[in-house]
Amino acid sequence: MSLDSKSAAPAHPTPGHHRPSALASFLKLRELPVILALVVLVAVTAALNPLFLSEQGIKDLLLNATILMILAVGQTLVIITRNIDLSVGSILGLVAFGTGSIFVAAPNLPIIAVFVVGMLFGAVLGALNGLLITIAKVPALVITLGTLYIFRGINNAWAGGTQYFAGDRPEAFGNLSVDTVLGFPVITLIAVVVVAIVAVYMMGTRPGRDLYAIGSDPDAAGLFGIPVTRRVLLAFVVNGLLAGLAGVLYASRFNSVGATTGSGLELDVVAAAVVGGVAIFGGSGTVVGAAIGALLLTTITSALTALRVDKFWQQAIVGILILAAVVIDRIASVRSARKLRMAEARNV
Amino acid sequence: MSDRLDAQPGPATGSGSSVQPERDQPETGAPTKGTRMAAPGTRTSEEKTARRPAAGKADTTKVLAVPKGRTGAARILLGRDAIMIYVLVVVVLYASLVIPRFASPVTVGFLLLDVIPTLLIALPMTLVIISGEIDLSVASIAGLTSALMGVLWQGGMPIALVLVICVLAGLVAGAFNGVLIAYLGLPSLAVTIGTLALFRGLALVVIGDNAVANFPPGLTSFFTSKIGGTGIPTVMVGVVVLIIAFAVVLHFTPFGRGLFALGYSKEAATFVGIDVARSKFLLYLATGTVSAFAGIYWTLRYSSARSDNASGLELAVIAAVLLGGVSIFGGKGSIPGVLAGVLLIGTINYALKLDRVSEVVLIIVTGSLLILSVVAPNIGAAVQRARHARQVRAAPLP
Repeated sequence: MSLDSKSAAPAHPTPGHHRPSALASFLKLRELPVILALVVLVAVTAALNPLFLSEQGIKDLLLNATILMILAVGQTLVIITRNIDLSVGSILGLVAFGTGSIFVAAPNLPIIAVFVVGMLFGAVLGALNGLLITIAKVPALVITLGTLYIFRGINNAWAGGTQYFAGDRPEAFGNLSVDTVLGFPVITLIAVVVVAIVAVYMMGTRPGRDLYAIGSDPDAAGLFGIPVTRRVLLAFVVNGLLAGLAGVLYASRFNSVGATTGSGLELDVVAAAVVGGVAIFGGSGTVVGAAIGALLLTTITSALTALRVDKFWQQAIVGILILAAVVIDRIASVRSARKLRMAEARNV
Repeated sequence: MSDRLDAQPGPATGSGSSVQPERDQPETGAPTKGTRMAAPGTRTSEEKTARRPAAGKADTTKVLAVPKGRTGAARILLGRDAIMIYVLVVVVLYASLVIPRFASPVTVGFLLLDVIPTLLIALPMTLVIISGEIDLSVASIAGLTSALMGVLWQGGMPIALVLVICVLAGLVAGAFNGVLIAYLGLPSLAVTIGTLALFRGLALVVIGDNAVANFPPGLTSFFTSKIGGTGIPTVMVGVVVLIIAFAVVLHFTPFGRGLFALGYSKEAATFVGIDVARSKFLLYLATGTVSAFAGIYWTLRYSSARSDNASGLELAVIAAVLLGGVSIFGGKGSIPGVLAGVLLIGTINYALKLDRVSEVVLIIVTGSLLILSVVAPNIGAAVQRARHARQVRAAPLP
């Protein structure tokens, strides 16, 4: 186990004054490194450019993160069950364009109905993924790579060259991403509520805990009596539903929606979850972590702009961040595995 | 219970089948459970064993109608690869007959020129996926080499040196992936999502928003030239050499056989003496290097070095490889199958384009093909399982 000694070494140079036990528990909390990185990033940027934390600055930070946050929460549910959904960008695009079409076709429809329709649409697309994966027993990576193309193609066929602009939708809908409540943009509050609901569901309910069990060992979960198929299907449906919600919010937030809306988003979403401490092979991670991961990824862009760093560095930094997250995750799991081994050895 | 089973079959073998049909009937719905549970009280289990001498003594319920494995020529002619090749041939023939301008050297030329980057990267990707890993950073490595090429050439370096440095850059990028995945044991999906962003980011850092276009005309025209009147691109010669090299490595060397073992079970591969870490490291070196080739090709073919060259190619390559019959779980796949998969997507796309079908349909077709190619065998297997189960249930009745 040369790996243990190698990876144990870089674990210590993090904040120096912690005692080993405190450090261990610090590393065990998976969200903490992300929160710390976010705090450091914001603090340094704010120190160098006070405008960064002005009222407008904070509002922009939150607005930028909102959509990725919601998508990351959904993706986390799926990744925890040891699956992956690469089609979220395409689902978002379809729903966003659908939202635009609804407003053109039925301008007087209440906004809440548009939300419901968009989320249902997303849920149907998610269910399609889930059914293909659970019934045909085909790996999620392959199926969702296929539906990524199919949904995108349908969006292209439907939208063609058409684009819907801000003028095509009611003002109240566009205002969702402008108005604030207590300084928080309305759509960000929606995202926060989503994160809270899903987090409680994952931590406090039986089906939520089941998802972790399925991700840790699908066969064992099945033997234990967990309805694996139904739970995995549920994860995909909820992920689709949230992608649908994100699509509706996208239509509210951004000026135009068209055939290519949301393309390439899938990797950002997975990246946000990975940075947020969600293990890519299932079984561990939290939606709160993923949401903070999304916030961190989007904040980097604004921070680099505020610091007048060459914008070309942005993506390289995102890459380094993802790699750092994976390494931290690995160190944490190696440490906890060793601890478990030692505890067991003592018991014998 | 097992010794009772062992004791009885002799005498029962002769008489059993004629005696007990109606006694067995209620249990036929759930043979396994029925046998076990009824055994202590009644004689059913012994009788069941008896009527199926071929089934042996231990488990009486599962061995009927063992699915036969294909052997020899049938295995090659009916295998997954062969089916892909038949589909490819059918598509090519159909397109040649139906689409007026399809069967021409010009078509061959453009089709192959379009397909080469996917084809190149699909080769090492096949090996990587067979070994149970994945590499999402390939297109970013191609973009990075393209950006490097532009900057170095513009800086006045001789083109030969530029090309060498670009290949080395791909090698280093692959080694970076390889160290993280093979020697630090990090999950390849997560690592290569990270390096996907990192390498594309470095490409942006290197060249920014610029595009370099003034490459030596001799070189760029060489990269789009055809062999005589055949329409086959000259570069294809090099690509074919690479294809053969990868096919030989995968199918005819111990290293290649080891990759299948590795994808099937890492532990088992270790036990039979495969150096797992070293094998994986070499694979990522190969993907890095070949991605650099693809980046160089892309740059010279379009005569433009940009940071966003080849972006999105990783998903197209993976789709083609999976369509070619490589299992995403590892342990299964072949180079001929992947070639057919890549060419199939390329041909369908080109044929539809010639037939003035919009890009839209191409994307949907690609996605549907991908899903169909993985769902269909599973449905086939499910049907076979269902039929087998029906046979097992039906068997006890005379």
